Amino acid sequence: MKLAYWMYAGPAHIGTLRVASSFKNVHAIMHAPLGDDYFNVMRSMLERERDFTAATASIVDRHVLARGSQERVVDNILRKDKEEHPDLVILTPTCTSSILQEDLQNFVNRASIISDSDVIFADVDHYQVNEIQAADRTLEQVVRYYLDRCHRQEKWHQFLTDAPSVNIIGIFTLGFHNQHDCRELRRLLRDLDIEINKIIPEGGSVEDLKNLPKAWFNLIPYREVGLMTAMYLNKEYGMPYISTAPMGAVDMAEWIRQIQKNVNTFTLISSNKRVDYEPYIDGQTRFVSQAAWFSRSIDCQNLTGKETVVFGDATHAASITKILVREMGIRVSCVGTYCKHDAEWFKEQIQGLCDEILITDDHTEVGDMIAHMEPSAIFGTQMERHIGKRLDIPCGVISAPVHIQNFPLGYRPFLGYEGTNQIADLIYNSFALGMEDHLLDIFGGHDTKEIISKSLSTDIGLIWNPESRLELSKIPRFAREKVEKNTEKFARQKGIETITVEVMYAAKEAL
Amino acid sequence: MSVKIDKTLTVECETGNYHTFCPISCVSWLYQKIEDSFFLVVGTKTCGYFLQNALGVMIFAEPRYAMAELEEGDISAQLNDYEGLRKLCIRIRKDRDPSVIIWIGTCTTEIIKMDLEGMAPKLEWEIGIPILVARANGLDYAFTQGEDTVLAAMAHRCPESEFFVRERKETKQNLFTFHSRKKEELVEYANHPSLVLFGSLPFNVASQLSLELKRQSIKVSGWLPAQKYTDLPSLGNGVYVCGINPFLSRTATTLIRREKCQLIRAPFPIGPDGTRAWIEKICPVFGVEPQGLKEREERIWESLKDYLDLVHGKSVFLMGDNLLEVSLARFLIRCGMIVHEIGIPYMDKRYQAAELSLLQDTCIKMCVPIPRIVEKPDNSNQIRRIRELQPDLAITGMAHANPLEARGITTKWSVEFTFAQIHGFANAKDVLELVTRPLRRQKNLEDLGQTALVRK
Repeated sequence: MKLAYWMYAGPAHIGTLRVASSFKNVHAIMHAPLGDDYFNVMRSMLERERDFTAATASIVDRHVLARGSQERVVDNILRKDKEEHPDLVILTPTCTSSILQEDLQNFVNRASIISDSDVIFADVDHYQVNEIQAADRTLEQVVRYYLDRCHRQEKWHQFLTDAPSVNIIGIFTLGFHNQHDCRELRRLLRDLDIEINKIIPEGGSVEDLKNLPKAWFNLIPYREVGLMTAMYLNKEYGMPYISTAPMGAVDMAEWIRQIQKNVNTFTLISSNKRVDYEPYIDGQTRFVSQAAWFSRSIDCQNLTGKETVVFGDATHAASITKILVREMGIRVSCVGTYCKHDAEWFKEQIQGLCDEILITDDHTEVGDMIAHMEPSAIFGTQMERHIGKRLDIPCGVISAPVHIQNFPLGYRPFLGYEGTNQIADLIYNSFALGMEDHLLDIFGGHDTKEIISKSLSTDIGLIWNPESRLELSKIPRFAREKVEKNTEKFARQKGIETITVEVMYAAKEAL
Repeated sequence: MSVKIDKTLTVECETGNYHTFCPISCVSWLYQKIEDSFFLVVGTKTCGYFLQNALGVMIFAEPRYAMAELEEGDISAQLNDYEGLRKLCIRIRKDRDPSVIIWIGTCTTEIIKMDLEGMAPKLEWEIGIPILVARANGLDYAFTQGEDTVLAAMAHRCPESEFFVRERKETKQNLFTFHSRKKEELVEYANHPSLVLFGSLPFNVASQLSLELKRQSIKVSGWLPAQKYTDLPSLGNGVYVCGINPFLSRTATTLIRREKCQLIRAPFPIGPDGTRAWIEKICPVFGVEPQGLKEREERIWESLKDYLDLVHGKSVFLMGDNLLEVSLARFLIRCGMIVHEIGIPYMDKRYQAAELSLLQDTCIKMCVPIPRIVEKPDNSNQIRRIRELQPDLAITGMAHANPLEARGITTKWSVEFTFAQIHGFANAKDVLELVTRPLRRQKNLEDLGQTALVRK
């Protein structure tokens, strides 16, 4: 048992639901008590999703505790099958239902015999894995299920596409800027003359999964989700994969070179033309992306040696650290991640780039560290943004967990060359703007701080009696001034001199 | 108008596959209401995830609540529950020094049968802070019923009413300090047995309602819950109690059975009609003739005129998730709206009797059929019905709001009614403000002609 106020990664079933609802025409059923379908709210609100989220609960209530789910789960699966005709139904346990130890796999087996849809049981243990790991596993499980079946049915044509092509694995719902990143990757690959075979899970259809092996290789933009699938495809079908995140100019170049290497390996076999992307990298880095020029411009000089702290998921925290240190000359005092399961990789990535490494999923530890370091800026999650607010340190949000404002309508990729521009803006704007900061130091701050907004009305001889004063003080601060003004206006109109609690509420009614 | 009016009130029951908040969400408003409390939710990551996402910004304001997150060892009973809770509660005492710690039992503690009620008194004795246990879990309850479980647990801790002895002692004390005020009060209030109101309301709304009764010279001796745990009202034989929210049936039962209080069954003070009916039920109990209520109600309706013009003749569909639905529907019908369906998670016909009969009267008065009441609704059936009926407004949870809007159905997010101030005469306007907001917005955007925003 531990005391917890906040967590970076959610429970396992959220990961499964995110994968399920990213696919087209896949329905997820949670074996869960009332109220556990909060995922639907998040998807509807944060992503501003226009469609009903294809996730429902098979409710666990008192009766289920006493007698077991019996027919209920199977009925719910069959009902969804009839109502919505999904290609696939994924049954997922929640932490509550996983301790009931009902044989959900058995329900799945029974339902799959009767239903037209495929039915699988999300094989994730709630007490072993978190949201991110569960998403990774579920994606692999779905892919494996369809490829295995295809194998069994011998509908197998393992021909590679004629032109170089890739799968992009790991773009999905409620991911940090995933939609924008996906668009940016499409654009990049088009520039490189590479076809996109499949993008999964977002918008993908499970029936198409059998075509995954037709691509030449796989791209895993974020290592948190998709790596397991890539490893599976590599083992079973010999598909190479690139797990570098194309974030920041240096890693972008590295990523494109890896693509080049992979493309050229296959072209040797199919005797196509070899590709050379070096001119493209050079042109993009120097002229399309503004980031390289920006970090050389004099404005950026002010950032030299400023201290920062970085915290987030493994992919984003590592990439942003590299950008800060290698591309902008900013000092990173401490960098950390909450992806404890990927700590080894993380440490290796940022070796030599920072003074300290913090691997934790306890936000108070992160808060203490930040308070101790007193950096000029923080790059972290929504939690770090709030820590920053408390300590009066600016913060740029670079990683999930996220808030509605991290689902911008405008185009804001973190990956690709446009991503380098966006990141440069984010970093620059997070520091108190260079020259302004400097001038403030010299001239001792703004002179506008002390303006006190006295409303004119308070000195016209109205008396608030002690009770009404107290009542007024209980009104939330943001509304208090308005209530005060309205009440006084009302009192003046009525010729009342002493304001009592009654007068306050009469004023409210009269409004 | 010759409309055939169905006067019978029927409650249907569906499958219970509906969206609502988990009842542990009650900590969010109760910790703010009870200033010296600390809420400890004993549950898993799922509970924590819900709280942190549902309560958004509040999480960052050092709230007086936390999760006791159960790990695998706790589930398989390899660890000692008592030791675990003891450690956490000692830490809470050290960091926050609350006057009461409230343990919120969740689905998981139910399933593994963690004996919270058994451990609480032992630990309470050991660490010297009162510990209450409320089983606000999703197996048994929906959303606002969480508050019901907490208040029911709290009712046990109210001091025994010894009201004559007490009253005398107080007067003596007050002779020195509040001399003049006490005298004034003696004149203002009728001599009547004590009245305790139950239900958590923001301070201002509670004081508005108290004031409303004061106008009828009825004194509210206390509220359950009070602003501070240490100020809980006295209860006991001869004390009258009255609820202000429709979801407090367990609390009502506890007050009657365990605390021997007299329950005044009244409609709930939501909307001017509800508020008037509420006062009118309370007054005769204390032998008071209600004064000036009719005029007061009429004045409020008068002030709502602009809103009433907007809602008149419009239809509403309440999907149901917070148990306020019957009272809201009754008020909206009185405003001239047509209610297609009242979805509600749970219907206690005895506790809500007066409210239901007011609904019936209102329907007859307004010449509309009594809407169907659907207990434990099924959201996917409801959405089908919404699509057929095409109501002008659907009051629904957030899971369905955006998808419905995209299909040209105007919605109001139901949870707002739980957090907004909707009780009493003065707040009737706030209810209509909420109800009409989507209608007004729609009016503003009408000319754009983009009502359905999904691809077929």
